[in-house]
Amino acid sequence: MKTVSVETAVALIPDGATLMVGGFMAVGTPERVIDELVRQGKKNLTIIANDTALPGRGIGKLVDKGLVSRAVTSHIGLNPETQRQMLDGKMAVDLVPQGTLIERIRAGGFGLGGILTPTGVGTIVEEGKQKLDVNGKSYLVETALRADFALISAFLADYLGNLSYALTARNFNPVIAMAGETTIVTAEHIVPVGLIAPDHVVTPAPLVDYLVANG
Amino acid sequence: MDAQSIIAKRVARELREGMLVNLGIGIPTLVANYIPRDMKVFFQSENGLIGTGPIPEEGMAHAMLTDAGGKPVTALPGACTFDSATSFGLIRGGHVDVTVLGALQVDAKGQLANWMIPGKMVPGMGGAMDLVTGAKRVIIAMQHTAKGKPKIVKKCGLPLTSARPIDLLVTELAVIAFPNGQATLMETGPGVTAEQVVSVTEAELVLPAKIPAMQL
Repeated sequence: MKTVSVETAVALIPDGATLMVGGFMAVGTPERVIDELVRQGKKNLTIIANDTALPGRGIGKLVDKGLVSRAVTSHIGLNPETQRQMLDGKMAVDLVPQGTLIERIRAGGFGLGGILTPTGVGTIVEEGKQKLDVNGKSYLVETALRADFALISAFLADYLGNLSYALTARNFNPVIAMAGETTIVTAEHIVPVGLIAPDHVVTPAPLVDYLVANG
Repeated sequence: MDAQSIIAKRVARELREGMLVNLGIGIPTLVANYIPRDMKVFFQSENGLIGTGPIPEEGMAHAMLTDAGGKPVTALPGACTFDSATSFGLIRGGHVDVTVLGALQVDAKGQLANWMIPGKMVPGMGGAMDLVTGAKRVIIAMQHTAKGKPKIVKKCGLPLTSARPIDLLVTELAVIAFPNGQATLMETGPGVTAEQVVSVTEAELVLPAKIPAMQL
């Protein structure tokens, strides 16, 4: 694990990268990394995240600037700008049921090829997908997702990179921390090793590649 | 009493001590206001919280304690938080006793459409498909008609949320269940007759010999 400035961390991300971003309606999204992506003008990004938040918040800031070419997400209902860009053909949006999205990410991070889920069977979600009957019940085969970068917001990070999360800011963060080739973390507080008790570590330090220093 | 309060109050009567309950946005959220004070129900927010409490008093909101719409909430004593995989494991895995959701259409067989209007409104399904697929009991809380047009239709024209039919439908005019896959009028709303319900319902309703009035 390396501790770096937010400028250095974001400079690692090329145009056209696939990014998994933590957060649920921008709660638990690494805002400083998002702001720096906007400042450095990273383009043509594929975003895998629960939602695209609101204009001016979290992932919404990337959408506002037209930096996202594809979003794989469960909900865009609260971001009219995402909907506008989708209808104008400026952004591709793959809508995925939320429970399927998080499991596809989990599968990617856990070394699985995908998952079998009953969600979406008999709806338009099943179009183009393989269907399997297991023990008399129908499931869709949903393939695993991975990303070039996982962008994580933690509550506590220790000097080694062990992470813990706060309340509903946890959401997708610990799951995507497993599924990125490179993991970049911002933390509300960076604390001495030992301050997060072993039982309270949610994301183990070896998963973290870059910890963004607090300014 | 207005339509929304009638619906929320009637749905609240379906909840029992100790249940794990997920409420959708809109009318379903109001259901929490009508459970008896001494009854302990666990409310789940799918963004990762069990023990969701009321909206915080001014100045007491926490940026990292929010509901599924991203709005500040409180957490009741005994609350717990978890990641999204666990949250949807609870939902899909059959651990949620009741989910209460809104709807665009419900049809004669109890099938539900509540997530998109092609070409017009494409918000994404969020957690709705998992909730309807996995919760033990699915209750729909909605107004009986939309701008005078029936929402309880012969067959859903809008994309379905799940192949699994709902268990109970509560409107301001009626309580409808689906025994043997047939929409059946179980109760009528305050001051409403069965004939009135039938007149604003496109789906054919089975009318039992006795149809009691909704108890609120």
